[in-house]
Amino acid sequence: MSALPPYALMLGIRVGEDAVLVMPFSPHLIGSPGRLHGGAVAGLLELAANLAVRDALAEKSVVLKPVTVTVDYLREGAMVDTFARAHINRLGRRVANVRVEAWQTDAGKPIAAAQLNIILER
Amino acid sequence: MTDEPKRVLDDDASQRVLDDDARMRRFVDRFMQAVPHLQALGIGYVRSGPNWAELTMPYAAHLVAYPETGTIASGAIFSLMDSAAGFSVFTTMGRFEPHATLDLRCDYLRPAKPGQAVFGRAECYKMTRKVAFVRGIAHDGDPDHPVAHVTGTFMLTGAS
Repeated sequence: MSALPPYALMLGIRVGEDAVLVMPFSPHLIGSPGRLHGGAVAGLLELAANLAVRDALAEKSVVLKPVTVTVDYLREGAMVDTFARAHINRLGRRVANVRVEAWQTDAGKPIAAAQLNIILER
Repeated sequence: MTDEPKRVLDDDASQRVLDDDARMRRFVDRFMQAVPHLQALGIGYVRSGPNWAELTMPYAAHLVAYPETGTIASGAIFSLMDSAAGFSVFTTMGRFEPHATLDLRCDYLRPAKPGQAVFGRAECYKMTRKVAFVRGIAHDGDPDHPVAHVTGTFMLTGAS
């Protein structure tokens, strides 16, 4: 896995096992009382997508630029650790299409899902 | 985007509008200081109208996604726009009623310029009993050259 950028470190994100990203609960992630801010969850989803594409690319000089990001919020984000895993739908020469899910206590009950198109600048 | 509310020209009335603005700013600043993630990102209130809100996020090293260029993370802009869109729902309802983001799509048009604050302006262009529809832009100084465009929906969770 590639090094995490400052924004990821600010969110407290680290790389877990099996290419899963982990965002441990921290009070600075709270939006409305008792819930994670949707933006923090979106940040986790975007990072998971970026890292998955980065890892799938042989050429490490490729610059990744997310161009469209759609996030569906499925459940409230509780004040516990959040996990995310990306699935690459297509990795082309110019664009990658990625689906990402975030979950907390039960991987079968995602709290959010994102769909991204990432432009690959070679 | 909707135009700003028309201002009455006589001095007393415009003074009253300013006072309302100042009161609104104080109220919203206090509200936002109680939201930890907005504090973490440095997001602050700029202004708002009957169905729109504008927030700002100053440039900061901890928002950077590309250390080589100093470009901030698109995820931080997503947070800014989710917050601005949520605020536009509050101003449209005229009260802080609970709502939850159902979905939000962000198109990143270009990278934000390193060192520049980003402004997020969103409007609630349609409100039904249970769903609020929002759209907005993020820019880094010139609203005519946005860095991102968003559309989304919020579920009004307080609705029966």
